[in-house]
Amino acid sequence: MHAGAGGPVDLEAALTNVAAPVRLVFFTQTFGCETCLPARQVVDRVASLSDQINVEEVNLVLDTGQVEAYGIQRAPAIAVVGEADTGIRFYGVPEGHELVSLVESILLVASGDSGLSDESQALIAAVDQPIDIQVFVTPT
Amino acid sequence: MALVSPHITASAVAAVEYPDLVRQYRVTGVPKTVVNDRVEILGAVPEASFVSQVLAAAVA
Repeated sequence: MHAGAGGPVDLEAALTNVAAPVRLVFFTQTFGCETCLPARQVVDRVASLSDQINVEEVNLVLDTGQVEAYGIQRAPAIAVVGEADTGIRFYGVPEGHELVSLVESILLVASGDSGLSDESQALIAAVDQPIDIQVFVTPT
Repeated sequence: MALVSPHITASAVAAVEYPDLVRQYRVTGVPKTVVNDRVEILGAVPEASFVSQVLAAAVA
């Protein structure tokens, strides 16, 4: 997919062959979250394009067990979960580049293939301590 | 990287929606990567360089 490809047609094409079930765990809160609704709408639209994609909604305030299990502190947030949790998260409304990234991460999780070089994968596989990576992005 | 290791979590944060985090991590441009709350990687860097910088953070 090209950067900026965010139209329904592009998404549909990208998501026609999702190789395995992927769950989008969507963290929301009822009050004080202006972007939770638009984020949920994007998540629903993405999920509507593939039978392999399911959405599970978690309330940031009420569902403390789930919130703790996924290590989420804010809403809106999306955890991309395959056979197991991958540790991949999106915070905020996935628009523009972030929507492209979300779709790409769904495809990666479904395929189980990171797309990284063998060298990179060998280095990463040796990691035995927690590493938290936060990438700050904008839609454009 | 998160896909390869169960020890790694990776988050994309919409900068405009989280001004508190932008302040906390002094984000002045994107993409900006923050590893384990302290190591910073600015801009888009080649895969091998990115991986080595991230892994260096684990032992820093």
